[in-house]
Amino acid sequence: METTQILETIRMIEEEKLDIRTITMGISLLDCIDSNGAVARQKIYDKVTRLAEKLVETGKQIEMEFGIPIIHKRISVTPIALVAGASDDQNYTGYARTLDEAAKATGVNFIGGFSALVQKGYTAGDHKLIQSIPEALAETERVCSSVNVGSSRSGINMDAVAEMGRIVRETAERTAEAQGLGCAKLVIFANAVEDNPFMAGAFHGTGEADCILNVGVSGPGVVKRALEKVKGRSFDVVSETIKKIAFKITRMGQLVGQEASKRLNVPFGIVDLSLAPTPAVGDSVARILEELGLETAGTHGTTAALALLNDAVKKGGVMACSHVGGLSGAFIPVSEDEGMIDAVESGSLSLEKLEAMTAVCSVGLDMIAIPGDTPAETISAMIADEAAIGVINNKTTAVRVIPAPGKKVGDSVEFGGLLGHAPVMAVNTKSSAAFISRGGRIPSPIHSFKN
Amino acid sequence: MKAILTVIGKDNIGIIAGVSQQLADLQVNILDVTQTIMNGYFTMMMILDLSKAEPNFEEIKKALAEKGDELHVQIKIQREEIFTSMHSL
Repeated sequence: METTQILETIRMIEEEKLDIRTITMGISLLDCIDSNGAVARQKIYDKVTRLAEKLVETGKQIEMEFGIPIIHKRISVTPIALVAGASDDQNYTGYARTLDEAAKATGVNFIGGFSALVQKGYTAGDHKLIQSIPEALAETERVCSSVNVGSSRSGINMDAVAEMGRIVRETAERTAEAQGLGCAKLVIFANAVEDNPFMAGAFHGTGEADCILNVGVSGPGVVKRALEKVKGRSFDVVSETIKKIAFKITRMGQLVGQEASKRLNVPFGIVDLSLAPTPAVGDSVARILEELGLETAGTHGTTAALALLNDAVKKGGVMACSHVGGLSGAFIPVSEDEGMIDAVESGSLSLEKLEAMTAVCSVGLDMIAIPGDTPAETISAMIADEAAIGVINNKTTAVRVIPAPGKKVGDSVEFGGLLGHAPVMAVNTKSSAAFISRGGRIPSPIHSFKN
Repeated sequence: MKAILTVIGKDNIGIIAGVSQQLADLQVNILDVTQTIMNGYFTMMMILDLSKAEPNFEEIKKALAEKGDELHVQIKIQREEIFTSMHSL
């Protein structure tokens, strides 16, 4: 082992904020289904607290021994609509409370899976779950919710898109005293993945094992620092540089995932090769784009820069670990990225540009504050646009917007901590209401018929 | 279990002596040592074998950090795998 390599690793962790963003334990709740809701909830609480009992402690132990921070320890569960559907409960908020209690008991900071998959149609359970979302997110602290409204195989469920616009508005209003914070815990997906370790969109898919560990890595600061050394060089050099550094970042994820899986005696699932920013200076994806030569993120060239970054991260990461999965791509949340916030505040980055960027990276319009009086139909139309990008391009897209109650363009919303602060962004004020009110389904694209 | 120890700080008399004595007290074996002055800073790395050590990793880490405070240097100990997995296939 060479001195320079040892020092490089230490510098990446200490100065460039390399960390393991999350180890997420996926837990199947299919064996907790019961026609009596109270019994089902007790089974859920017992199973989650039993399997995840040592998750946080093990994470901290690995952190201490290896000297690499593991920021979050989290849990994802089977979409609750599938679990609660068998019971005769009319409101599923009780399930959210149970998940919240289990999260608190195990010490994880988020639990994901208050979810429904309605890309083609609704079951009675899906319908009840979606109706319960605003109350559930207002009454719980750590529960995250997601709804999948479209897929490349089945098209876009426009009834669900219309409903989710209203649910987002209602969730914001029910958490108005916290500036609409509930919406930060609600993601509307197209092509949702079953093994995503990142919140707020994590849930444990039905194709997964009973219990599994997935890992999400991070390290925008490390990528930026590597690129500082190749200023002015060609894109060939840029791409190679990102690949090499992504390889090193991903190796950390693989190591930590394997170690945690061994200690917890739970199979290791995947490493999610994502670049996940935080509001801390030096941990920004926007600053990488600027390092590539853009004056400010959002200007012309941003989409191309992001496409290159996203692709090179995957190419470097794929060889570094045994199984890649989850969302795997650069995240571009606004409120959680110091450089994105600056870009919005300077007028360089608009909602339209963000939408274009989501066509070439993961995941979507993420952590964006919009005026509190934005009509539900407009939010639905934003969801429809994102879903269309995902469905046509065979990729995951998502919408996590916060119609901040009482706020207007130019105001700012402060969420604190890792959720950061968000400048309220302008939305197109022309109506989409007649478009959204049509309902029905947008058929799946012709290129989805591959058999 | 193998671990990598790094000592970084302002050069002074007795750093190597202090660190080595602490390791001996903890029953930690030194397998390899490199030491240099990098950008004016005393920089030392050791590969350690912890298999005979009585205290657990956390206690060793704490004892070394305290020794570092005493010697006015930063002492870190991390399991070797984090370095080998990052830099080799």
